Amino acid sequence: MSKRKAKDAHLPIGECISQVHQILRKRFCHQQLPVKPEGVEAQHKHLAELLKRTAVHGESNSVLIVGPRGAGKTMLLRSVLRELSQETEVQKNLLQVHLNGLLQTDDRIALKEITRQLQLENVVGDKVFGSFAENLTFLLDALKKGDRSSSRPVLFVLDEFDLFAQHKNQTLLYNLFDVSQSAQAPVAVVGLTCRLDVLELLEKRVKSRFSHRQMYLLSKLTFPQYLERIRDQLSLPDDFPDGKFAQEWNAAVTTLCEDKSAEEVLQRHFNSSTDFRSLHTLLMLCLSRVSVARPSITPTDLLDASRFCLADANANMLHGLSILELCLIIAMKHLNDVYEGEPFNLQMVHNEFKKFLQRKSNSMYNFEQPIIMKAFEHLQQLELIRPADGASAKTQREFQLMRLMLDHSQIMEALQKYPQCPTDVKQWATSAFA
Amino acid sequence: MVKMAEQLHDSEGKGSLVQGESRFPPGPSRRTVLIFPLRFRAASRTDRMKYFTRLRVKRIYEWRGAPIGFNRKLKTSEYGSLSIRVEGLPQTTVISAGQHILIEGDDDNNPYVARVLRLFADESGVQKKAVVQWFVRVSEVPPSKLQLLGRVPHPQEVFLYEGRSCEDEVNAESVLRPVQVRHLDVAAPFPVSEDGDTFYVKLSWDSRTFRPVDPSLLDAPRPSHPSIPLSPPRSPPAAAPGPRGPAPRGLPAPDPAVMRGATATPASSRKPSAEAESLHSLTKLSASKCLSAKRRSATQRTPGVRKKLQLSSPDEPAALRDDVLQQLLEAELEAGARSATAASPSLPPRITHSLTPLRRTSRKPGRRDDVPLTPRSARRRESQSEMDSLPAGDDPSRTSSRRKEVQTGTEPVLEVLDEEEEENGALRVSRRKSALKVSSRIRKQLNLLDGRLSSDEDEEEEEFVPSRKELQSSDEEEDDEGEEEDEELAAKKSRRSSSSHTKQKTRTPRKTPRKAGPITPRRHRHATPSIPNRAQPARRPGNILEEARARLHVSAVPESLPCREQEFQDIYSFVESKVLDGTGGCMYVSGVPGTGKTATVQEVMRCLQHAAEQDEIPPFVFIQINGMKMTDPHQAYAQILQKLTGQKATADHAAALLEKRFSNPAPRKETTVLLVDELDLLWTRKQNVMYNLFDWPTRRHARLVVLAIANTMDLPERILINRVASRLGLTRMSFQPYSFKQLQQIVTSRLNKLKAFEDDALQLVSRKVAALSGDARRCLDICRRATEICERSAAGLVGMSHVMQALDEMFSSPYVAAIRSASTQEQLFLRAVIAEFRRLGLEEATFQQVLVQHQALCRVEGLQPVGVSEGLAVCRRLGACRLLLLEPSRLGVLQRLWLNVSQDDVLFALKAD
Repeated sequence: MSKRKAKDAHLPIGECISQVHQILRKRFCHQQLPVKPEGVEAQHKHLAELLKRTAVHGESNSVLIVGPRGAGKTMLLRSVLRELSQETEVQKNLLQVHLNGLLQTDDRIALKEITRQLQLENVVGDKVFGSFAENLTFLLDALKKGDRSSSRPVLFVLDEFDLFAQHKNQTLLYNLFDVSQSAQAPVAVVGLTCRLDVLELLEKRVKSRFSHRQMYLLSKLTFPQYLERIRDQLSLPDDFPDGKFAQEWNAAVTTLCEDKSAEEVLQRHFNSSTDFRSLHTLLMLCLSRVSVARPSITPTDLLDASRFCLADANANMLHGLSILELCLIIAMKHLNDVYEGEPFNLQMVHNEFKKFLQRKSNSMYNFEQPIIMKAFEHLQQLELIRPADGASAKTQREFQLMRLMLDHSQIMEALQKYPQCPTDVKQWATSAFA
Repeated sequence: MVKMAEQLHDSEGKGSLVQGESRFPPGPSRRTVLIFPLRFRAASRTDRMKYFTRLRVKRIYEWRGAPIGFNRKLKTSEYGSLSIRVEGLPQTTVISAGQHILIEGDDDNNPYVARVLRLFADESGVQKKAVVQWFVRVSEVPPSKLQLLGRVPHPQEVFLYEGRSCEDEVNAESVLRPVQVRHLDVAAPFPVSEDGDTFYVKLSWDSRTFRPVDPSLLDAPRPSHPSIPLSPPRSPPAAAPGPRGPAPRGLPAPDPAVMRGATATPASSRKPSAEAESLHSLTKLSASKCLSAKRRSATQRTPGVRKKLQLSSPDEPAALRDDVLQQLLEAELEAGARSATAASPSLPPRITHSLTPLRRTSRKPGRRDDVPLTPRSARRRESQSEMDSLPAGDDPSRTSSRRKEVQTGTEPVLEVLDEEEEENGALRVSRRKSALKVSSRIRKQLNLLDGRLSSDEDEEEEEFVPSRKELQSSDEEEDDEGEEEDEELAAKKSRRSSSSHTKQKTRTPRKTPRKAGPITPRRHRHATPSIPNRAQPARRPGNILEEARARLHVSAVPESLPCREQEFQDIYSFVESKVLDGTGGCMYVSGVPGTGKTATVQEVMRCLQHAAEQDEIPPFVFIQINGMKMTDPHQAYAQILQKLTGQKATADHAAALLEKRFSNPAPRKETTVLLVDELDLLWTRKQNVMYNLFDWPTRRHARLVVLAIANTMDLPERILINRVASRLGLTRMSFQPYSFKQLQQIVTSRLNKLKAFEDDALQLVSRKVAALSGDARRCLDICRRATEICERSAAGLVGMSHVMQALDEMFSSPYVAAIRSASTQEQLFLRAVIAEFRRLGLEEATFQQVLVQHQALCRVEGLQPVGVSEGLAVCRRLGACRLLLLEPSRLGVLQRLWLNVSQDDVLFALKAD
C-alpha cells in the first residue's frame, strides 16, 4: 500500500484536481449512493426486511416512505435495493416496476408502463393494447393468475405517491393494494412521498386495503453532526491515487470546518434547512472554484458561495431597472404604505411620482405619460407588479388595479446596491416626504 | 332486401321442393322469426354478408302425415315429421325424429344445436312440441370449464349435453333448420370443412366434466344421413336442402361457385373435383392462374398462406389431388428453407420417393412415412427462429389434408385425368431420359448427404438436373411426389430466369414464418399472460412468529369466516332459493371497508358451488365484477359478457347481447349469479348501467341473481334515482363494523391455537381497532407488524409493548414529530404564522405579513433575519410537507397561507423542544 502511495505521489497537481472534481461531483449530483445510509439505519433495516420477505417468502406488503424533500427517501430505497440485489435469492426472484407520479400522470400511462417494465408485451406477441380497459383487465389477469408460492414477486415503486392519489377513482392504487391484500401474485408496493397527510388523500376503500405501514424519514440532526457530515462529504477516500494530495486535501477540509467564519456560514444554512440537497448546491459552488492555482476550499469560497445561494432573486432583478422604473416602484411602495397594501393603478402611481417631482422642482425626471405607461408595462412583464385579482381586461390600462410583488426590504436592499442611484431618489425611498 | 333474398331463393331452391303436402289440422301456424345469417363458406368469412341476411320472414310449421301414435295419458299425438315452409316460397324443409336441428336461441349467430327425439302435438293439438337431445356449443360452455378440455376447441365442435338442468321439451316452432352433426373419435382430428352447418361431436358435457361420447348414442338412428332415405320426398334433396332448407338465406351473392361451396358435407366430398372441373376450363387461359386458384381454394383458411402461395406459384401444373395442400405447404417449406440457407437439396424425402415409387394402393402408409420426414429435413436447414414456428404452422393443414385423402379415396381417376391435361400445357421431355438420370442423381445426393461439402453452385446444379427429369416421370410417381415436384418447379423457375430466382430468394425466408402467422397469434389471444414463475421456491415460514405472520396476512384464506354466521346464512339461503326456483333477484350488501362483505359473499358462492357439484342444487354460473377494476362503468357489460360467454365485444354491443340474453326465453339456461363489488363506482349520470343490472333480474327468463356490494348503507336512497332504487328492491343487508370481541375472535381463529400473542395484547389491538374503525384488515395488519417488532426484540410472545409500538407507528400523527425535526428557520416561521394569526384574529395570512413577524422573531432569537427568497424557500418546504397550506407559488409574497395543523399542536411541538 505504502509502496503504491509512494509511487503514485508524483501525480501532477492538475491530475489530482480533476480527480477531486470527479469524485466530489459524483457525490453532490447524487449519482453515487453513499456507502452506508446515515441516520436512517432503523428504517433501512425495516424496509430491507420487508422487501426481503416479499422476495423470499412471497408475502405481499405495502409501505409508504414519508419525509420532507431531500430527506433521503429515494436514497434509502435505492440502497436497500442495492443491498438486496447482492443476495442471489432476492435478485433472481424480484421483478421491479418503477413509476413516478410526475411521469405517469394518469392510470392509462401508468398501466402501459407497468406492462412494459414487466415485459408482459412479449407474452402476448404482436398484440397491440387497444384500450385502457383491455390493458387493465390484462394486467389484473396477469397478477391474478400468479400465486404466493410460485410466481415471482413484483416490487412496485411509486415515486411521488401523492400524485397517484389524484388519478380518477384511484383505480391503480386500489388494484395494487387489492392485489397486495389478496392471494394473488405477491407484490410489494412502496410509495415515496413528502406529504405528511398522504393517508388522508386515499379513498376509504383504498385506505382500508393499504397496510398502514409508514416510515417517516425525519432527520434529527444536530449541528456538530451536520459538520461531521460535511467533512465526510468533502473528504477524499483512502484509495485516492495520490496519497499525499489526499492527505493535504483532507487536512484542508478539517481546518475549513473548524474555521469560525465558515462555521457561521454553515450554521446559517443549517438553520435554514437540514436537508442535503441545498448543502450540495453550496458545496458544488465551492468546488467549482477549486483549481490548480487554489488547490483547496477556503472559508472565503464558502462565504461567497453562501452569499450567492442566499441572494434575493427579486432584489437582483431591481438592479437592472431604469431610474424611471425604480422611481415608479418607490412610488408604489409609498402607496402601499399609505393604503396598507390596497391595490393601485397607473394613475395613482403617476400622481405620487409627480408629487415627488414637484417637491424637488427638478425636471430631470419629467417624463411623458406614454413613457411612464411603457415603464409600467415593463414592470408588469417582469412580474414585479401583477394585476389584482378579478381585475378585468376591459378596464383601461391606466386604471387597471395592480399589486406590488416586492417586499419593502427588497426595495431598500436593491436601492443600497443600485449603481449611481441619485441621492434624492434614495431619500425619497426612505421617507415619503423627503 | 327481401326481394333479393327471394330471387336468390328462387334461383337455388329448385331441387328442394316438397310437393303435395297434406295439410292436417291444426292448420299451419305462422310466426315471425328472424332469419339468421347462415354460415356459408363465403358468408362466414365476409362480415358484410351478415348485415344483409337478417330478414324478417314468416315460417309456417306443419305436421307431415298422420299422427303415428297417441298417448292417452298425456293426450299428445306423436308425429313422424314436421315440415317447415317459409311463407311465399315454395321450398319446404322436413324435420323428422332423429335428425339434428338448430334451435332458435338468444344468440342469433349461434343457435342451439339439438337432435330431435320425438315430435308431438299437445292435448289441444295447437302447440307443436319436440323432445330433443341437446348439444352444447363451445360458446355455451363457461370459459373457465373449457380449460378442462385441455386443448383449443374446434369452432364447429359441439358437446353432447348430459346435464339435467335443461328441459328437453321445446316448442317445435323454435326449430330453424336441420344441420349435420357428426361423431368423431376422441383422438381423431377435426376434418377441415368450410361448411358452417356441420358440427362435430367428440365429447359429452354434463356441466362439470367432459367425457368421450358413446357413438351408439349418436349414431344408432341417423335418419338425417342422405344414404338412409326415410321419407321419399326428402331423400333426393337431402344434401342440398339440409342446410339451405327452410328459408331464403338472403345471401345477396348468387354466385354458383359459392353456392356450391355452401352445400352440406355430403357434397363436400365432391367438391374438389367440381372445383377442378371449373378450374380446368381455365387451364386453357393460363396454367399458372389455374394453379394459384387451386391453391387458393386449398388454403382458404389461412389467408396469409394463400397470398404467399399466389406469389410464389410456379407456372407448372400439379396434380389436382386432395393432398395438394400438403404438397404445397411442404414444397414451400423446402423452397423457403433452400433460399434461406442458400440451397442444400432436400434429399431424404426425394430418395424415398425415387427409390420406391409408391403404388396408389399403398399411398397412405407411404405418405405417413414421408410426412414426418420432410419437415425434419427442412428443419435441419431452418434457422432457429423458423424452426420454432414451422411445425406448428404446418400441422393443421397437414393433418387435414391427410384426412381428406382418406375421404376421397374413390376418385383419383378424375385427378389423374386432370393432371394429364395440365401436363400437356407444360414442357415435356422424354420419359426415358429422365429414367436414365434418376439413378445418377440418387448417387449424387447420397454423396452429398455424406459429405455436405459442396458449394452453393454445385448444390443448385444438383437440384436442377434431376428436377427436370423427375417432372416427366410416370403419373403414379408424380402423384406421390407432388410436394417434391413443387419444390423443383421453384428451382427450375429460378434457373430459367435469374431475376425471378433472386426475387424468390428474398421473399421466401420471410414467407415461412409468416405462414405460421395466423395460427400462432390465435393461440396467444386466448392465453392470459402471467407473471413469470420464480426461480427459486418461496421459503416456508420458519418459526412460530413467521407462521403467525403468514396466517395473519389479509390474503390468507381462513378456514371459516367467524362472526359473520348470520350474514352468511342469509345470503346463502337467498341465493340458494333463487337458484333452486330458477328465478332472479337482487340483494344489496353494505358496510364499511374491511367488514368482510366480499369475503362472506365469496364464501357463500364457494359453498354453493360445492353444493352444485354435489348435485344438491342445480348448477349455476358465478360471475364477479368490481367497479374499481374497470376503467369506465360501461365496461361492466363487456366484462360480464366476457365472463359469461367468453366473447369479446365493445361495451355497447355487449349491452345489447346481454339484454337479449336476459330478456329472451331460452330453452335451457343455468342461473347466473352476478356479484357486483363497489357498486357506487358504476354510477353514471343516467344510471343506465345500474338500471340494467337491476332490471335484468326482474325479467321473466333472466334467471339472474345480482348481489351488489357497496360501502354506504343508504346508497340506494342517496345516489340512485327512483326507478333504479325501486328495482334494487328492499333485500338489503348491512355488515356492522366488528366489535372488539369479534376482532379478537377473528385473530384467534386465524392463529388457530398458535400461541404467538399474549391475550392482553390481542385484546388491546382489537379494542383499539374497534374504537377506531372496526376494520378487520387494520387489526390483522397491526398484529402482523407487532410480530415483526417482537421478532426484532427477540421476545418469545408478542406482548403489550410490541403491540403498543405497532399501534403507535400506524396511528400516531406525524405532524408533531415533523415539526420537531424541522430546521430552526422552519420552526420560527411556524411560530411567526401563529403570531400573525393571533394578531389578525384570522386563520389566514399572506406571506408578506408572516415574513415581517418572522424577521422580528429572528432578531429576538439573535439570528440573522432571512431575506424574502430564503423565507419563501422555508415557507414552500413547509408547504410541501403540508404543514402549511399555500396558494399557488406564482403569487410570490402575496400568497396566502393557512396552517394544516392545529395551533395547539404546533405550540406543543415547539414548546417541548
